[in-house]
Amino acid sequence: MNAPAKTPNASGWKPEMTPAGGAQPATSTGNRALLLEEPLLFEIGHRETTGVDFPAFDPPAASRLGGMERTAPIGLVGLSEPETVRHYTRLSRQNYAIDLGLFPLGSCTMKHNPRLNEKMARLPGFADVHPLQPASTVQGALEVMNELAHWLIALTGMHGVAMSPKAGAHGELCGILCIRAALEARGDAREVVLVPESAHGTNPATAAFAGYRVEDIPATVDGRVDVATLKARLGPDVAAVMITNPNTCGLFERDFREIADAVHAAGGFVYCDGANFNAIVGKVRPGDLGVDAMHINLHKTFSTPHGGGGPGSGPVVLSEALSPFAPLPYTARTKDGVVHLVEEGDAEAFETEHFGAPLQAFGRMTAFHGQMGMFTRALTYILSHGADGLKQVAEDAVLNANYVLRSLEDVLDAPFAASGPCMHEALFSDSNLAEGFSTLDVAKGLIDEGYHPMTVYFPLVVHGAMLVEPTETESKAALDQFIGALRHVGERAKAGDAALKQAPVFAPRRRLDETLAARKPVLTWQGNGSG
Amino acid sequence: MAGAVLVRPRPPPSRGITRKWIEMRYLPLTDTDRSAMLATIGAATIDDLFVDVPEAARLDGPIAGLPLHASEMAVERHMSRLAAKNVAAGSVPFFLGAGAYRHHVPASVDHIIQRGEFLTAYTPYQPEIAQGTLQMLFEFQTQVARLYGCAVANASMYDGSTACWEAISMAARITRRKRVVLSGALHPHYAAVVRTMARFTEDEVADALPTVQAEPDNQGLIARIDDATSCVVVQYPDVLGRIPDLAAIAEAAHAKGALLIAVNTEPVALGAIKSPGELGADIVVGEGQSIGVGLQFGGPYLGLFAVRDPRHVRQMPGRLCGETVDAEGKRGFVLTLSTREQHIRREKATSNICTNSGLCALAFSVHMTLLGEAGLRQLSALNHARACRAADRLAQVPGVTLVNRTFFNEFTLKVGRDARVLVRQLADRGILAGVSLGRLYPGISALEDGLLVAVTETTSEEDIEALASALQEALA
Repeated sequence: MNAPAKTPNASGWKPEMTPAGGAQPATSTGNRALLLEEPLLFEIGHRETTGVDFPAFDPPAASRLGGMERTAPIGLVGLSEPETVRHYTRLSRQNYAIDLGLFPLGSCTMKHNPRLNEKMARLPGFADVHPLQPASTVQGALEVMNELAHWLIALTGMHGVAMSPKAGAHGELCGILCIRAALEARGDAREVVLVPESAHGTNPATAAFAGYRVEDIPATVDGRVDVATLKARLGPDVAAVMITNPNTCGLFERDFREIADAVHAAGGFVYCDGANFNAIVGKVRPGDLGVDAMHINLHKTFSTPHGGGGPGSGPVVLSEALSPFAPLPYTARTKDGVVHLVEEGDAEAFETEHFGAPLQAFGRMTAFHGQMGMFTRALTYILSHGADGLKQVAEDAVLNANYVLRSLEDVLDAPFAASGPCMHEALFSDSNLAEGFSTLDVAKGLIDEGYHPMTVYFPLVVHGAMLVEPTETESKAALDQFIGALRHVGERAKAGDAALKQAPVFAPRRRLDETLAARKPVLTWQGNGSG
Repeated sequence: MAGAVLVRPRPPPSRGITRKWIEMRYLPLTDTDRSAMLATIGAATIDDLFVDVPEAARLDGPIAGLPLHASEMAVERHMSRLAAKNVAAGSVPFFLGAGAYRHHVPASVDHIIQRGEFLTAYTPYQPEIAQGTLQMLFEFQTQVARLYGCAVANASMYDGSTACWEAISMAARITRRKRVVLSGALHPHYAAVVRTMARFTEDEVADALPTVQAEPDNQGLIARIDDATSCVVVQYPDVLGRIPDLAAIAEAAHAKGALLIAVNTEPVALGAIKSPGELGADIVVGEGQSIGVGLQFGGPYLGLFAVRDPRHVRQMPGRLCGETVDAEGKRGFVLTLSTREQHIRREKATSNICTNSGLCALAFSVHMTLLGEAGLRQLSALNHARACRAADRLAQVPGVTLVNRTFFNEFTLKVGRDARVLVRQLADRGILAGVSLGRLYPGISALEDGLLVAVTETTSEEDIEALASALQEALA
């Protein structure tokens, strides 16, 4: 390293320090004991500093860059290793995480991430393998894909699975494209995809991205799909319905089989959004309910870490009718025990030999084979639980959610509490809060109590929705403490406690001005770098 | 499909009239808890909570044919056995690239991304308690924008290939045209993703095979741009390792009212060569895997996405992190401009993407912070020097011809026979020689003697010598 002598924080940037409520003294640094402020990388880094050592080497006699050599500065800055570790460690402490406490985001399934999964994914035989190595050198990796595929098919009662989609929404797209390819193969042009109002935003976005027109299907007063309306809308123009089951109100769609039969009778396909599979894994197989395609978020049900927004992984299980259209590449084990990666060019010969005729893959969704690093983690998790443990996962997840629902329905409005038990998540509304108090206030109040808020303002079918998904990895003691905290905040909101409007006051930041951020977007650091 | 799973099954749990719960290390509830909770709920048994599931579909026991729960030790043994069946890149002379590159990742990168506060956090929807992730994303966006020579970068996409399609989709929204011109030297898997998506969105794709020549066929590409073209997609450096003159293509595209999309699969190259933005690319996308992420058999990787003109920001896909202030006036960060996104705009969103590659973005950002401008330039220079050394050495092998006039750390050799077979033969001898063009373009006989060879800072002199002598023997 050839860094010049420098002073820490050369820019002199210092956070503004106004103590919450005016009761606490200001500090000269802006820090408050373990609450440490951290400047931006670009305010503390230097253009000349690097935290990486390189061996000495001879430059080539002549560059082969063809006159494209970079001449202008890039504008990057570096930190030494100790400064780097400290920068990111300080930043990390401004995050809430599952490792710190219950993370009740409905529909997101924030369960404990076992560390064995991390350890297995880092074995060099998985982590340090190139996607285009010859198949003979990656048999173990292909076996992981194939073994996970076997589990996903068995757990869902489906016929096949496409492993390559990179996340849930990418899986949705894969499933809808399989449907479109199957319809095109039979010369059946259909234009419409029906999506219930309570669906995740990715559902209508996916259908539109795949070239379909989206029509909403309303919910009934008990929080489920309006079957009569849906059936009445079916016809020769409807390609598919996309239904989340259990749905985003936390309820099982009792009439799913009836819906599926009606859709099939009308010549359409049934897409199931599998985001909430955690509630039913090992209890019921979607294949037995008439599903044609369903993505599985490995980062939800099978506990690969969310990582602050990904990476996810969204394999799609497929019915017999859709399996031939699954995208390339895919894995298949032949009788000799060898696992093959079937890609473009090889597919036709392979399929003719082993399946009797070529399949009809609709194409390719991504450069390589999918989220291998997530496959190893998910398979590790699945093998740890086994068939019996996964069933227990669903039961405990549903038990925990119902416990939350019944422990809080006297404080918060639970619009579907009378509909019977919920599945893995409990839904509340803002309807009994005091005038001028909203779901947002309850959420921010929970932050001061030391919790990440639940999912708020979703699903859209309930006013001021608060969707609580505790997951199965919470103890009763943890649930009791959370219930106590939400009860307390809920009572403050019902009583019109003005101080709640100021929450959070104990977090690293107070409420942030999102309007300003959108009106005058500042999306990159505008300075020139120190150093 | 899959054969038997190898973990030894345990005996099934006893199934008497009183249900026994299983004990499992990730499940904290005790039987006493469960009974007490059922009582609070007012349910007699757990099955009462599943009454909405039609009885005919309800499973009454663990799914047959699958193993039961297993200890940490047993699972580790099974997974380790599978891992041992693979040849790790670091254990042999290794020369594969073609969109995924082996680089040294400093140990502190993996340490930081394993901190639970990053690893086990969600998308930062509650900014007051997610400033760590948000500030990191703001820094990441700045690093990517500067590396690409652009005004704005987003908070990541799944990978380079999906980012490439999203860029094309964005160009169609901006230009209101539906004809896409792909360079013949765009990675064939990226081109396959584009063709797959375009088939459903009814965009017209004009593509071509690569010409295996010393220089990319810029004139041929430019000739395919017309007044209906929404965008021209050019890989830089291209799939054969050559460095095209983006400025000339940008000028030709702009003259027809089309956008130039530059695709970069090796960000380390951008420490040595001009940024695509500087050369006039309108949208720059790429694969970020080289920095911090590792090979991982193809995923998870890191899609990078940036635009040169800030006015195009509202047409961008994916998440954006922006600066703002909190109620006390302190600087803070939030996800912003979300009216472009699916959770607000639903079927009118610019993309259906939700979860992206957050943790890979962190790995990239930490590695880039460790490198800094000085380190990245050194790393790039080292890669180029090693590649020049290897190209010169391998070109001396009888029967081998170096195709490229220009390259950064990857180049194409002609080996005078089916390179796909050659790669398999060398793999059997413990050398991972590169990616054959036959693997990338199956069935195209004109390309089957091509071999792509990538050389990075991890490639030693001994590795180069081992490949040279193995090639010499195999081709003799």
